[in-house]
Amino acid sequence: MNDRVPEHPLRKYLRPSVKGTGFCPGCGDGTVLQCILRAIDELKMEMDDFVFVSGIGCAAWIISPYFNGDVLHTTHGRPIAFATGIKLNLPEKKVMVISGDGDLTAIGGNHLIHAARRNIEMVVVCVNNGIYGMTGGQVAPTTPRGARTITTPLGNLENAFDIAPMVRAAGASYVARWTTFHPRRLTRSIKRAIGKKGFAFVEAVSQCPVQFGAKTGAGSAVEMFEMFKEKSISVEKASAMKPEELGDRIVVGEFADRDRPELCEEILRLKRGAGRGP
Amino acid sequence: MEESGVRSGRHFMMGNLACAEGAIAAGCRFAAGYPITPASEIAHALAARLPEVGGYFLQTEDEIGAICAAIGASWTGSKVIVPTSGPGISLMLENIGFAVGVETPCVLVNVQRGGPTTGAPTMGLQGDMVQPRRGSHGDYEIIALCPWSPQEMFDLTVRAFNLAEKFRVPVFVMSDAFVGHMREEVVIPEPDQIELVRRKIPETGTDLGRIRVFLDEDVAPMPVFGRGFKSHVTSSCHDEHGNRNLIDPTALDKFIRRLRQKILKHREEIVQVEVDSDKADLALVSYGAVARCAKEAVRAARSRGFDVGYLRVITAWPFPEREIRDLAGRVKRILVLENNSGQYFPYVRAEAAGLAEVEFLGPEVLGQVHGLDYVVGRIEEILK
Ligand SMILES: Cc1ncc(C[n+]2csc(CCOP(=O)(O)OP(=O)(O)O)c2C)c(N)n1
Repeated sequence: MNDRVPEHPLRKYLRPSVKGTGFCPGCGDGTVLQCILRAIDELKMEMDDFVFVSGIGCAAWIISPYFNGDVLHTTHGRPIAFATGIKLNLPEKKVMVISGDGDLTAIGGNHLIHAARRNIEMVVVCVNNGIYGMTGGQVAPTTPRGARTITTPLGNLENAFDIAPMVRAAGASYVARWTTFHPRRLTRSIKRAIGKKGFAFVEAVSQCPVQFGAKTGAGSAVEMFEMFKEKSISVEKASAMKPEELGDRIVVGEFADRDRPELCEEILRLKRGAGRGP
Repeated sequence: MEESGVRSGRHFMMGNLACAEGAIAAGCRFAAGYPITPASEIAHALAARLPEVGGYFLQTEDEIGAICAAIGASWTGSKVIVPTSGPGISLMLENIGFAVGVETPCVLVNVQRGGPTTGAPTMGLQGDMVQPRRGSHGDYEIIALCPWSPQEMFDLTVRAFNLAEKFRVPVFVMSDAFVGHMREEVVIPEPDQIELVRRKIPETGTDLGRIRVFLDEDVAPMPVFGRGFKSHVTSSCHDEHGNRNLIDPTALDKFIRRLRQKILKHREEIVQVEVDSDKADLALVSYGAVARCAKEAVRAARSRGFDVGYLRVITAWPFPEREIRDLAGRVKRILVLENNSGQYFPYVRAEAAGLAEVEFLGPEVLGQVHGLDYVVGRIEEILK
């Protein structure tokens, strides 16, 4: 009898010391982790082609300590700022930032929009669970209006960020949004993002049954999956609809895929003396 | 421009420009910053000079972005500098602590202005002297140097890079508006006359699991990115291999203790003071721009027959404990001069306790140079 458990095909990308993850049962972070590694695998790239950077929060732990490559686990909200310095000095590497919606759009919102404006080449994967997971279920800039969280016990009075269109408006070359219900399309978008010259942003709407599910009443991981399935609508279809019709649907798809001058290339051009200014 | 980019020769130069030239001479090829008076000229000079030597200056969206980008760049193996003033440092502090925690070489320049808050950008108070030591959260040690002239803006910037590289720490150059905007002769040596230190990096192919790359009291080699080390660098408490450990108090104890010890153990090599005092009735202790007034006051007081010495603090942090204690053992009294309301003074007084009496002398008007007659007058009063 062969009692050897076959090794998972993506195991080779994880640190040998890793025995399991610290994610809660039902968390979407594992799905996003798989989608990223699958994208790298399908592109036949190596971990050494990348430098991975994360902020602080549950989603930040997707890469730290699991990914077996160069990993910088930084401070809350700042991964894109750190990644900017890394990319400027290692333009030949792919720099990938993975963090939560709170990290990237609340405390780190300024770095996000400015990196998109600079259009510096990097891949940012934003795991949007609509809440602060690690700190215990507080309201996030992505929490739906009216939702109860631990810091909005009477319901959230504020409007939520619509992240993907915001990043497109700030100037990113590539922007896509999927949910954890769409792992194949999420993987495909991460692959596109990795191949993109310019700032590439992939929003992964994800379930957090332990905080979001319990506090807002959205329920279990399965219930949230059902909700992602029912509420998702393609960006093409959505563009023909009025806001009233759209309601609280989750618009998914590619929001931007365009070529614009990229910062590292511009600097190289400048250094070569190709032009005295744009 | 030659490879090294060093502008050797004699110049009549502003302190802030000398600082930028010191960075270039030290091999810095990346700078990040956000405009702020009275430090902006450093950024202006670096923005123009770095591309000439294959480097780049990034103007970020704020100071937090600047320190983070610089730390990121340092992790690629680059020497980096972040010029700013007090309000900028305030914004950076969390991430300066990060640089301490993951042992990142970087140079921070604080051309101090008057505060609290926006204060007066054009006036050179020494208002942030304890901030580098205690500003970020948690227990840590830091290195801070105090130039008193444009020449030292060059020399101590080079030294700051060398200390940063050698000890894998952030190093502060604590200037102020007076020194930053002062113009004097600056002599920049030939490139081969400038001592340069480069951080240790593990040999390519090294298995990081076999060597310590963090928390070594004798400074671990830095597993920089992009060379296949698969480095795990985390702001969280970690062991000597970079593995996160958030549950074991002994891991936290080592994390804090060893990072501090890395600096304290090498104190003798880091601490620099300038002393002109054998046994004396009184010694003046000061640093930065104020030390120029102090030195002149000592000269004037001596010519009037007073027995006065002085000690100029060049390395403010780690605190020059032994040097202050020795001084306190030789003199009867110490007068600490600072252009603030007495920030460094309590440390001097504590160290001298039981050995000499210590007094503080701020300027007549905060933000103004100590007047010569005012200082000599005080010396006379004390020694009368
Ligand atoms: C400066 C700072 N403020 C606050 C915190 C505490 N904190 C840790 S994680 C987190 C929020 C994480 O939320 P999000 O980014 O959405 O990630 P998630 O845990 O939901 O994946 C906060 C506020 C911190 N570490 N640093």
